[in-house]
Amino acid sequence: MRARTRTARNRAVVLAAVASLGAGLLAGCADDGGGGSDDSPSGDSGGKTTITLGLFGTMGFKEAGLYAEYEKLNPKIKIADNVIQRNENYYPPLLNHLTTNSGLLDVQAVEVANIAEIVNTQADKLSDFSKVSGVDKSKWLDWKWEQATTKDGQTIGLGTDVGPMAICYRTDLFKQAGLPTDPAKVSELWAGDWSKLITVGERYKAKAPKGTVFMDSPGGLLNGIIGSEKEKFYDASGEVIYKTNPAVKAAFDLTAEAAEKGLVQSQTQFQPAWNSTIANNKFATISCPPWMLGTLKDNSKPEAKGKWAVATAPKSGNWGGSFLTVPKSGKNVEEAQKFVAWLTAPEQQAKLFKVQGSFPSAPAAYTSPEVTGAVNEMTGDQPIGTVFATAAKSAPVQVIGPKDQIIQQGLSDNGVILVTKGKSAQEAWDSAVKSIDNKLDQ
Amino acid sequence: MTTRHDTAAPPVKEGGAAPGRPPGDDASAAALQKRARLSRRWQRDIRWSPYAFVSPFFLLFVAFGLFPLLYTGWASLHQVELTAPTDMNWVGLRNYTRIFDDEFFWNAAKNTLTIGVISTVPQLLMAMGIAHILNYKLRASTFFRVAMLAPYATSIAAASLVFVMLFGRDYGMINWTLDAVGIDPVDWQNDKWPSQIAVSSIIIWRWTGYNALIYLAAMQAIPHDLYESAALDGASRWQQFIHVTVPALRPTILFTCVVSTIGASQVFGEPLLFDANKGTSGGAEHQFQTLGLYLYEQGWVAQHLGRASAIAWTMFLMLIVIGVINYVISRRLRASS
Repeated sequence: MRARTRTARNRAVVLAAVASLGAGLLAGCADDGGGGSDDSPSGDSGGKTTITLGLFGTMGFKEAGLYAEYEKLNPKIKIADNVIQRNENYYPPLLNHLTTNSGLLDVQAVEVANIAEIVNTQADKLSDFSKVSGVDKSKWLDWKWEQATTKDGQTIGLGTDVGPMAICYRTDLFKQAGLPTDPAKVSELWAGDWSKLITVGERYKAKAPKGTVFMDSPGGLLNGIIGSEKEKFYDASGEVIYKTNPAVKAAFDLTAEAAEKGLVQSQTQFQPAWNSTIANNKFATISCPPWMLGTLKDNSKPEAKGKWAVATAPKSGNWGGSFLTVPKSGKNVEEAQKFVAWLTAPEQQAKLFKVQGSFPSAPAAYTSPEVTGAVNEMTGDQPIGTVFATAAKSAPVQVIGPKDQIIQQGLSDNGVILVTKGKSAQEAWDSAVKSIDNKLDQ
Repeated sequence: MTTRHDTAAPPVKEGGAAPGRPPGDDASAAALQKRARLSRRWQRDIRWSPYAFVSPFFLLFVAFGLFPLLYTGWASLHQVELTAPTDMNWVGLRNYTRIFDDEFFWNAAKNTLTIGVISTVPQLLMAMGIAHILNYKLRASTFFRVAMLAPYATSIAAASLVFVMLFGRDYGMINWTLDAVGIDPVDWQNDKWPSQIAVSSIIIWRWTGYNALIYLAAMQAIPHDLYESAALDGASRWQQFIHVTVPALRPTILFTCVVSTIGASQVFGEPLLFDANKGTSGGAEHQFQTLGLYLYEQGWVAQHLGRASAIAWTMFLMLIVIGVINYVISRRLRASS
């Protein structure tokens, strides 16, 4: 009898195990209807519609209180987000979900470095904003709107922030090196020409405070120069032209020159060692979109507060920024579109800037008190909003392409950084080109 | 339940009836039929239930092992991009032939080999030594054994991040120590050999304890009288180690060699995180890009799934060749002993 119950129980256990394994297997393979309902709160619960957002980095909508505000305005809506820290961990799965058209949330963020690829290859999976009521093209910077628009006129994402570039510099170090410290005068030193920045660098180096270098990294300088060119890696017809584009080669050579002259640190941005050079006050200038002030703040010691200032870059450009898209397969497409339209409206962008430092892509926000009166801990009492607003408005409408990120990273991380290790500019260029071409070749 | 089945219907050839039960003389045809049916059912049960019991593993293996393997092989004959994985262009063996003159592939292969040697050889030697020490009567031996396994239980990501700090060029503790004894700072991330040594040191740190425990387990299975008689013959501790311990450990050493070789050929996390910003390129000049990293770079950064699949299969074939060489060597060793 005892033996019998045991075997019966064994059989039950085995059956249960088989059933659960089999169920897991089936669930793994089955199409989940595109809602991603397993791991995320979604759909109708308690009469409320939940809108889910997939975000990366620190976009800060929640921190700025925008979810709570929208939920108050629309009592039937609940908002939940799922944030992944690094875009390189966020983007490949997003691409996977888009190509299989499953597992997508109601709203998915896309970084500007990836938006061209999404526009070119995944537009049919995303809903078109151009005809959604309340969405007005003229509210955005032209180039921001264009970046998320396909050739046949569908706008698949609405712009959130942009990264208008300025040059941030240390007033205390500039003073010690005998350079002017007033933002207007500093801007004048290099106005109109990146090579003048190098000249200022040489002046700095001649009287540099001990142990400091003029600029943070070759990659940052290269980003700055290339970001201010109208055409960089692709031409308007979508051909890869980075190798033959004289502007790219000129930017590379100028950065290499700065590296040879010892005007940039031998560092790669965002590495722990680079972070330490911020903490230890090792450099005087940096290519500086508004979000870079946040990076400086996170890595600085308290005494560096207020010692930075923002000057206009030699030529205006853009570095970074994001879009919000609404996949067609989401559960609440219409509600999600309404929410995104509200979230990216100038008033909300201005609020976001105040809390998070993400610079608005809607020019209407540039005259709002949140922007014009903006000050930052790192830059003391200098009003920085207008510097960035001017840069945003005068940045060129840049031609972007699907593999921009690979080319950009190849030029800096597998290229110009080598000059700081004693390679010649030509060797570094050849090395970068070889690496990039291998990645571009299908 | 099965035992009772056995008595009722022992395993017999198909179609055979249960023995010792001659067809009843006055049993009705219906009873006979019923018995035959039951007997057939029992037979089917005996014959097929074992397959049902082992099927979960095979179902999982087919879904997550075999199918991906075969599909990767199929994909490697095509040009496939991550942006449109269902859109496949037949290119035949081009993804394989291009590997022959793909300098990045061979660079990665060389790096995998050198990092494998730099990490595996010291790791196994140290593991052997540590196991030998732990094999003596020690105070708090359990503590030491658990401590040995702690690195193995640490996540690669956390360990790599700490090692990146230690190996920093400007603010790293290792360069600081070198400086204190008058050696110039080393650029652990950007110079070829220092970077490979640094990556290997993460691997060594992580796996030495694991191998030491395996050796220790094997050492404890060596009969004590062998040591006693060796001691009686006047063998020193070192001679005992060389002439008693090592020969007795031969199969274990072989096992750890095979496992470490497989591990070394798949090194991925440590080099990826050693220069997180350059990520899959394994340093500015690909100086510590391993095959695993190169495969990932082609598939997920450059988004060429076809090329990545071909690299995966080439790695697989290379591993088989290494496995065969391992087998031949081990047979030679066994024959010579």
